[in-house]
Amino acid sequence: MLTTLLSVTIISAFGALLAGIIVLADKFIANYGECTITLNKDTQFNINGGIPLLEALVQQKIFIPSACGGKGTCGYCKVKVIEGAGPLLPTEEPYLDKKELENSIRLSCQVKVRNNIDIFIPEELLSVKEYICTCADIKDLTYDIKQFRFKLENPQTIEYVPGQYVQLFAPSINGSEEVYRAYSISSDPADKGYIELIIRLVPDGICTTYCFEHLKVGDTVKLNGPYGEFRLADTSAPILFIAGGSGMAPIKCILHHMKNTKNSREAVYFFGGNTERDLFLIDELKKEFESSLKFKIVPVVATPQNGYIGEKGFVTHAVERSVKNAPQAEAYLCGSPGMIDACISVLTKLGMDVSKVYYDKFS
Amino acid sequence: MTNSNEFINIVIICFSSIFTGNILLSYFLGMCPFIAVSKEVKTAFGLGMAVVFVLTFTCLLNWLTYHYILIPFQLEFFRFIMFIITIAAFVQFVEMVLERYSPLLYTNLGIFLPLITVNCAILGASLFMVIRDYSLVGSVAYGFGSGVGWMLAIVSMAGIRKRLVINKIPKGLQGPGITLIIAGMMALAFIGFTGVLQGQ
Repeated sequence: MLTTLLSVTIISAFGALLAGIIVLADKFIANYGECTITLNKDTQFNINGGIPLLEALVQQKIFIPSACGGKGTCGYCKVKVIEGAGPLLPTEEPYLDKKELENSIRLSCQVKVRNNIDIFIPEELLSVKEYICTCADIKDLTYDIKQFRFKLENPQTIEYVPGQYVQLFAPSINGSEEVYRAYSISSDPADKGYIELIIRLVPDGICTTYCFEHLKVGDTVKLNGPYGEFRLADTSAPILFIAGGSGMAPIKCILHHMKNTKNSREAVYFFGGNTERDLFLIDELKKEFESSLKFKIVPVVATPQNGYIGEKGFVTHAVERSVKNAPQAEAYLCGSPGMIDACISVLTKLGMDVSKVYYDKFS
Repeated sequence: MTNSNEFINIVIICFSSIFTGNILLSYFLGMCPFIAVSKEVKTAFGLGMAVVFVLTFTCLLNWLTYHYILIPFQLEFFRFIMFIITIAAFVQFVEMVLERYSPLLYTNLGIFLPLITVNCAILGASLFMVIRDYSLVGSVAYGFGSGVGWMLAIVSMAGIRKRLVINKIPKGLQGPGITLIIAGMMALAFIGFTGVLQGQ
């Protein structure tokens, strides 16, 4: 009995001693005191040093795009650090090209604030805000795609360029990680008090599991944005939209915008799905836009069942068969990197210049 | 006479842990970073240096823990737990110190430290040192030698893998597959050292 007690005491005391050393080290060695971050030469704020730059910026309500949540695996959180970042880390190197290295661009999740730091962030990113919303409606579009409608509470309205995306916050549920995930806005930009997102369930995805299994109408959700360069170019060329699944979101938003601004450009939307089950909102889009715009939607099914009438095969095959005006047109693509690369090669084969192909890769 | 004997003994321990009893190629400890981080000679060298450093110091610390805490209280059976928490605390502490006081060392060495905290080679060396009943200096020499041996193996592997890029490797064997086969060949080559001396 005594031996047991003695051994437990000794081992615990030893563990406590080591833990104490680490706690003290954390307090005294890893304490970098107050550091000043100078933003775009004119704004300054003080933070407690020792945390990653990305975290420090989020504390100040400045949102930099980041899909991986600071693990250094997505490479989105690039920020120009003019002074005070320390040497380049091997964890950043794979995400920065030569031009970015020369421009002292760094990954803000890897750079730690240990001293005063001087950074530059483009004005458009500073217009990014955090929005507190309530979930107003959830609608099933297919077996694995849902449409979420959020009412903006604080601030109550949002301004964005059609085609941009927001980052939705997924809180920790049963010990899961807290993450932000990017989703394109699909709603009508004139409807400034609401935001709609089209989300496909990713098996074991942290955020989509939250949206599909836990989020209910009336719940409070947090998102920030808008981000992204994907938007309609200001020309009068005929438009070719190509997207499958949740890739419809930014295109639907752009179509609303075209209707609001009485845009007279010709537009064809190739909407690809694996089977009929993957198609959605087709009648709604036809009703909404085919009479008011020069718009046509072409559903394409790769492996049709039950006597499907309409375009069959991959979406790229349908484009190859029916697009005749490729050299004059512009293409807007949304979807997986594989689908986008396949479309780009088909479109260039049909005579479209690569500079006329705009895309938003969902990865 | 005793002094020079002990000195020779320590040189033998060190030499044999590098070559004849290489912790990676003879005992197959520390395989995961060996396969994952052996793509570039530069990073392999950085990780290797971190292993040398951590092995040398954890062998020292664990020898002290074992002989001054565990043996007096007859708690030798607790060595697994004691060793692993000592290693974890030491690595954590060193990482904080490096990050604070030497940004240069931190960029080259510090970022690898969390990768090797739970490396089995580190715990393995401490356990072997106890089984083989080394003296304090012997243990430190053993830790240092094992680290150098591990570094030698990973740097050579990175050198070989760099040349693999220009070779045609069957698709199924690319990556870890061919790396394991090469590790096997390297282990065979290291058996050649066995005849030189045995320091166990």
